[in-house]
Amino acid sequence: MSETWIHIIMVVLILLVLLTIAAGLIYVERRMLAVWQDRYGPNRTGPFGLLQVLADMVKIFFKEDWIPPFADKKVFIIAPTIVMMAVLMSFAVIPFTPHIGVVDLNIGVLFFLAMSSMGAYSVVLAGWSSNNKYSLLGGIRGSAQMISYEVFMGLSLMGVVILAGSFNLRDIVEAQRKIWFFIPQIVGFIIFFLAGLAETHRLPFDIPEAESELIAGYHSEYSGMKFGMFFVGEYLGITLISALVTTLYFGGWLGPHFLPPIVWFLIKMFAFILLFILIRATLPRPRYDQLMSLGWKVLLPLALLNLLVTGAVVLYWHL
Amino acid sequence: MNIIFYISAIIAVYCTLKAVLNKHAVHALLYLIVSLLAVAVIFFILGAPFLAALEVIIYAGAIMVLFVFVVMMLNRGEAAVQQEKAWLQFRTWIWPAVFVLLLFAEWLYILFHPSIGAGPAVQPQAISPQQVGEALFTRYLLGVEMAAMLLMAGIIGAYHIGKQKQRTYHRYLEEENRLQTPVSKHQTSELI
Repeated sequence: MSETWIHIIMVVLILLVLLTIAAGLIYVERRMLAVWQDRYGPNRTGPFGLLQVLADMVKIFFKEDWIPPFADKKVFIIAPTIVMMAVLMSFAVIPFTPHIGVVDLNIGVLFFLAMSSMGAYSVVLAGWSSNNKYSLLGGIRGSAQMISYEVFMGLSLMGVVILAGSFNLRDIVEAQRKIWFFIPQIVGFIIFFLAGLAETHRLPFDIPEAESELIAGYHSEYSGMKFGMFFVGEYLGITLISALVTTLYFGGWLGPHFLPPIVWFLIKMFAFILLFILIRATLPRPRYDQLMSLGWKVLLPLALLNLLVTGAVVLYWHL
Repeated sequence: MNIIFYISAIIAVYCTLKAVLNKHAVHALLYLIVSLLAVAVIFFILGAPFLAALEVIIYAGAIMVLFVFVVMMLNRGEAAVQQEKAWLQFRTWIWPAVFVLLLFAEWLYILFHPSIGAGPAVQPQAISPQQVGEALFTRYLLGVEMAAMLLMAGIIGAYHIGKQKQRTYHRYLEEENRLQTPVSKHQTSELI
C-alpha cells in the first residue's frame, strides 16, 4: 500500500513541477526575448521581475470569462481542456530518471503520438465553436498543419525505435549508453524538431494564430482562464517536445556521474526550451503554402529515406 | 479489469448510439471520437496495446479529416439540423432496427450455446508490437500488399483530382508560376 502512496505522491509532484515550469516559462520567454533583442523585458515586479508570473496569473484569473452568445457553448468550453489533458497525459510516459516517471509503458512512443493527435482537436474545435470566420480559418489551418506534421513526426521517430528495438522510452534511453542517438539519427532529429515546432504551433510555424492575418486565429474569442489554458498548454507543449528530444536523441538522464540523473535531464530539457525561444526571437513566419510544401515535399521524403537507410544499416550490420 | 471493461463498453455503446442519433453533425463526430477512444481502452485491457495505440492514432485521429469535411461542406447551421431531423423518421428506422435485433438474437443464442462459437475467450495475453509486426509481414503479407495497393490507388486518384482543380488566385503564387512557365497576358487577366 505504501508503494502505491509513494507513486501517487510522485505523480502529483510531477504534475505540480510541470505546471510551475509552464507558468514560469511565460516569464523566461519574455525575459529571454528581450535579452536577445537588446531590451530589458519585465524587470519591475520583484527581483529581476520574477514576480511577473504572479502578476500575469492574477490578471488572467480576474479577467471576465466571456462566452460569446453566438458560440457553440459546450464545445467552446471543452476545447481548451483538451489541449491541457493531451499534453499532460503525454508526460506520463516520459522517464525523467530511472525511478521518477508516471508509468513504464511498452508503447510509450506510440502513446505520445496518439496524444498529440488528440491535441490537434483542441485547435480545430476551438476554431469551429467560436463561430467566427478568423477563428474558423485558424482552426482549419491548424488541422491541416497538425495532421501533415504528425506524419513525419511519427516517421522520424521510427529510426530511433529501430536502433533501440523498442517503443519503450526507458529502453530507448538505456540503448544510448554508448552513443546518443542524435549522431546516427541527425536527420531524424532535425525532422522531429521541426515537426515539434509545427505541432506546438510555435513561431515560425504559428500560422493557425498568425495575428497579422487572423487576429489571434483559433483563440480569438477566448478570454480569461480559457485563454490561459491555451497559453499554458502551449508552454507545456514546448516542455513536452524538449523533454522528448532529450529522451529520444540526447540520452535522457544519462551523463557523467558528478551530477544526479534528474539534473542532467533538466539541463538538457531547458537547453531545448531556450532553443525554442531563440528560434521565436529570430525567424520570421513563412507563408502558409510554403509551410505545407516544406512538409510534404522535403520533410516527408527525407523522413522516409532516413527510415529506409536506418533499417538497411541495422539489417546489414546486425546492430 | 472486468469493471474497466464494462465501463468502457457502456461508454462505447452509448456514444455510438449518440453518434448515430445526434442531429448536429459536429456533435455526432465528437461522440464518435469518444466511442473510438473507449474501444481503444477495451483493446488495451484485452492485451493488445499496439492495436489500442493505433486505434487512437489512426481512427480517432482520422475523424479530424471527416470533421474538416463537415465544416467545409455541411456547415449550414439550423438548416442542416432540420434536414437531419427529417431523415431520422420512424420509417427509416424500421429495417436497421430489425437487422440489429436479428444480430442481437444470434449473439444471445451463441452466448448460451458456447459450443457453437469459439467458446469463452482465452485468457488475455499481452501481444507485443514485435509480434504484430512479424505476423503482418510473414503470415498476412498478401493482405498488407493488397491494402498498400488500394491506398496507392487512393493517393493517385486524389492527386489527379487535386491537379485538375489547381488554380491560383494569389498574386505571389502567380508570380512564381510566371517565372516557371511564361503565361500570356490574356491568360493572366483571366486568372485575376
